[in-house]
Amino acid sequence: MTLGDWITQGLEVLMAVAAAPVLLGWVNQCRAWLQNRRAPSLWLPYRNLHKLFHKEAVLAENASPLFRLAPYVVFGAMVLAAGIIPSMGTRLPLVVSADAIALVGLFVTARVFLALAAMDVGTAFGTLGARREMMVGFLAEPALLMVIFVASMISASTALPAITEHLLSGRVGLSPSLAFSAVAFVLVLLAENGRIPVDNPATHLELTMIHEATLLEYSARHLALMEWAAALKLFNYVCIGFALFLPWGVAEGHIGPLGLLVAIPALAVKLATAGAGLALIETVSAKLRVLRIPEFLASAFLFAVLALLVQVLLGT
Amino acid sequence: MSFPNPTLLIGCLALLCGWGVIGLAGLLRPGSVRWAGNILFTLGAALGLALAVLGAVSLLGGGTERLILPVGLPNLPMHLRLDPLSSVFLVLLGASSAGISVFAGGYFRPGEGTLPGLMCLQYHLFLASMALLLLADDAYSFLVAWEVMALSSYFLVVSQHRIPEIRRAGFIYLVMAHIGALAILLAFGVMQGGSWLFTFHAMRAAHLTPGWAAAAFLLALFGFGMKAGLVPLHIWLPEAHPAAPSPVSALMSGVMLKTAVYGVLRVTLDLLGHPAWWWGLVPLALGLLTIVYGVLFAAVQTDMKRLLAYSSIENMGIVFTGIGLTILFDGAGMPVVAALALVATLYQCMNHAFMKSLLFLGTGSVLHATGERNLGRLGGLIHRMPWVAWLTLIGVLAIAGLPPLNGFVSEWLLLQSFLFADRLPHAPVNLLLPMGAALVALGVALAGYVMVKFFGVIFLGRAREATLARAHDCGVLERIGLAWLALGCVLLGLFPLQVVHALGAVTQQLLGAAVPQAVSVWWLLAPVPGRAVSYGPLVFLTAIGAVVGIAMLAVRLTYRQRVRRSPAWDCGFGALTSRMQDTAEGFGQPIRHLFQPFFAIERQLPAPEDRAPRYHIEIRERIWSMLYEPLARAVQRLADLASRVQQGRISVYLFYSFATLLVLLAVALFR
Repeated sequence: MTLGDWITQGLEVLMAVAAAPVLLGWVNQCRAWLQNRRAPSLWLPYRNLHKLFHKEAVLAENASPLFRLAPYVVFGAMVLAAGIIPSMGTRLPLVVSADAIALVGLFVTARVFLALAAMDVGTAFGTLGARREMMVGFLAEPALLMVIFVASMISASTALPAITEHLLSGRVGLSPSLAFSAVAFVLVLLAENGRIPVDNPATHLELTMIHEATLLEYSARHLALMEWAAALKLFNYVCIGFALFLPWGVAEGHIGPLGLLVAIPALAVKLATAGAGLALIETVSAKLRVLRIPEFLASAFLFAVLALLVQVLLGT
Repeated sequence: MSFPNPTLLIGCLALLCGWGVIGLAGLLRPGSVRWAGNILFTLGAALGLALAVLGAVSLLGGGTERLILPVGLPNLPMHLRLDPLSSVFLVLLGASSAGISVFAGGYFRPGEGTLPGLMCLQYHLFLASMALLLLADDAYSFLVAWEVMALSSYFLVVSQHRIPEIRRAGFIYLVMAHIGALAILLAFGVMQGGSWLFTFHAMRAAHLTPGWAAAAFLLALFGFGMKAGLVPLHIWLPEAHPAAPSPVSALMSGVMLKTAVYGVLRVTLDLLGHPAWWWGLVPLALGLLTIVYGVLFAAVQTDMKRLLAYSSIENMGIVFTGIGLTILFDGAGMPVVAALALVATLYQCMNHAFMKSLLFLGTGSVLHATGERNLGRLGGLIHRMPWVAWLTLIGVLAIAGLPPLNGFVSEWLLLQSFLFADRLPHAPVNLLLPMGAALVALGVALAGYVMVKFFGVIFLGRAREATLARAHDCGVLERIGLAWLALGCVLLGLFPLQVVHALGAVTQQLLGAAVPQAVSVWWLLAPVPGRAVSYGPLVFLTAIGAVVGIAMLAVRLTYRQRVRRSPAWDCGFGALTSRMQDTAEGFGQPIRHLFQPFFAIERQLPAPEDRAPRYHIEIRERIWSMLYEPLARAVQRLADLASRVQQGRISVYLFYSFATLLVLLAVALFR
């Protein structure tokens, strides 16, 4: 590992932390256009974060230290996750310490802390949100692992950069197993990030909310960290999708600042497209009833298993 | 092979006798909690620690020691042997029992069931028999130790024998333990292979036909699987574990279940030599079934110790899945991958010993502080019992398989070995194995759900009963015990390379291969043959810690804001009571709804005009009505038939003797 690799690593993490709210703003903007509304500013999530950080934090009387610790852990997990996803370069020093399975574990860590914090104050909505969040989690996690398994079988490694490099090498054509697992991955992405049709990030309707219900008792800087972490999670998931299915533009090998000049625009274009696609999906689909979510995620799981079977059968 | 002086073996034997002496010393003042509880149990913990050290030395040395003691049957003196496989389990036994014993030293109170002195005897006998079991090198001493283990744990389970349910749980445990022991006895009978020598040495040398070897394997799997709680032989486990006092539950779940794993590994990979590949399918299929079954039932439990018992079943499922993979890969001529699966199996055993003991002891402290086992009457204990809560949280995060704690390491290793499925030369198995990985993933994800429920309902939220305000944190000895086990979880999670390296001696012994280490740095685990995959929990922890630290510092420096406390907001609903939180039933509802066919659910719903509405739901296992109750009825019917022979008249009995004599004479005549 050279100094250049560490610089790439640092830049990538900073990029992710900085760009995540913008991606969220972009998705909201696209959604507004598609729904014939006047679009909010691209920088609205930033202003929101800034406002929240400035406010005085209000904690429930019976909130335990776990409640105050959780936002930092969730945020930290998401930042570390951003560090091990090859979004711009594949030579990341941090990656040796965590492969794709550990990445899934990192997401689960964040979710468990989120759910525990939601149960901490002991409100009806908090526990409801925790329960639903964990339900979505235990259904989505195996599907995500299966998607990763397919990619690992193709490239004989569970390390994300190795998978990306293998895909970039051109030895992999358009394979049916990748297509199936891409479908599964999109479904998991929608569920894990609380997008329509699974959850609606813009609602606070008690009966349907999932992710927002877990955050009800948070305010000010704690809420800001949680929101930022949620934005980072969306960013990370989209980047995992790129690493597994659309690796073009990611710089291989040791890259200097010049390599980044190519990688950053490529990533920006891909992110813009993916954000627009996400907004489109959210616009054309309706929110599912909570009881229907398991069916939605079971189909994701089935697609992933199908992909695995195709992979083993055809060996492509 | 040369055998050095059995110094370590004699040391282990001395410690084992020490446990016996401590047990007997308990009888000197059987009623004294201070003597039997505080002093003797703590002493027992020190011996456990010493045993772990001896085991570790033997494991790192990688040698084998033997000893023959002139006690036992006339032609069969007691053979003892200390090899890497037994060393691993001795370390497990010693290290986890040290924590449990210290905790037990502060746990027992006067006036609870069995006298503390008697409890001390049973407890240390239990420990000593498990150690003897691991050292035994002939079928006779193995079975004697096995039986002593079953009986001493039976007495520990029924220590509060005045409660009928506990007596019932003890009875089921005893019956199942003996059916299992019978199967193991038969397995040894098959394995001697006509030589009629019951030393393990002779069994290794015996050449069995494939059919007989398979029969021995299946018998051993049945017998040991019964002790391990393999579905459908698990029914004693959710009854017996909650019935026992918490340190005993911890010992049974954390350590005793692992003796069954030891037994299966010893018989399959050592005594029977290289198994056929298809044998692996049986433990693999049963293990996967056990994972899903155990975790689903854990998710719907309302009793905290029953929840943990079902979670133990799930974890044993993971272990047996690992055993199945080991056999499969070994039989297919892929010893290095088999070694990877075996390392995952042993790692999972180690992890479970620490995590589950920690959780059971945590529930013990809660039980003592509140007198309540029902999750629906707990809540908010993190404020009253911070020590127990935060130490238990480590166990909860570990067992939910979160990096960088230990549960994740074994899960990671197991999934990595699953990824070699497509290299197997057997086509249909190739296809089915990835499904297995999917089930493991589902089980692990559900375990996270279960553990959030467990911790959230007990320790977080508001107290659901007014009496909980009087709950107190646990004592010093209990804290030490919990902290020791939590430390084990953390260290096993942070230094996986060192653990895997130490386990190399076992894989060398059983499979003749060791997992490679692709990278030569001490903080990186890269055990996957031929693949550039690594995992470094220390980097992981440092990175996440650095980010959390920087975030905290940045927030503090940039935005100096104070914190105000106010009543919970709850969407402005006001009138919030602790009854509005999710109960354990509520938290299990999605699982109940999704996996309905698994459960036999009895609901009692209130009618609209009920004056005192009552909502009651009971979830039972279908396996009782589908398998065990018909089985019990059939046994009863057979017994009724047999009892017709018993007439109670002397003339009939004389006729029986006469008839027997005639038959024997006829046999002698016509032979």
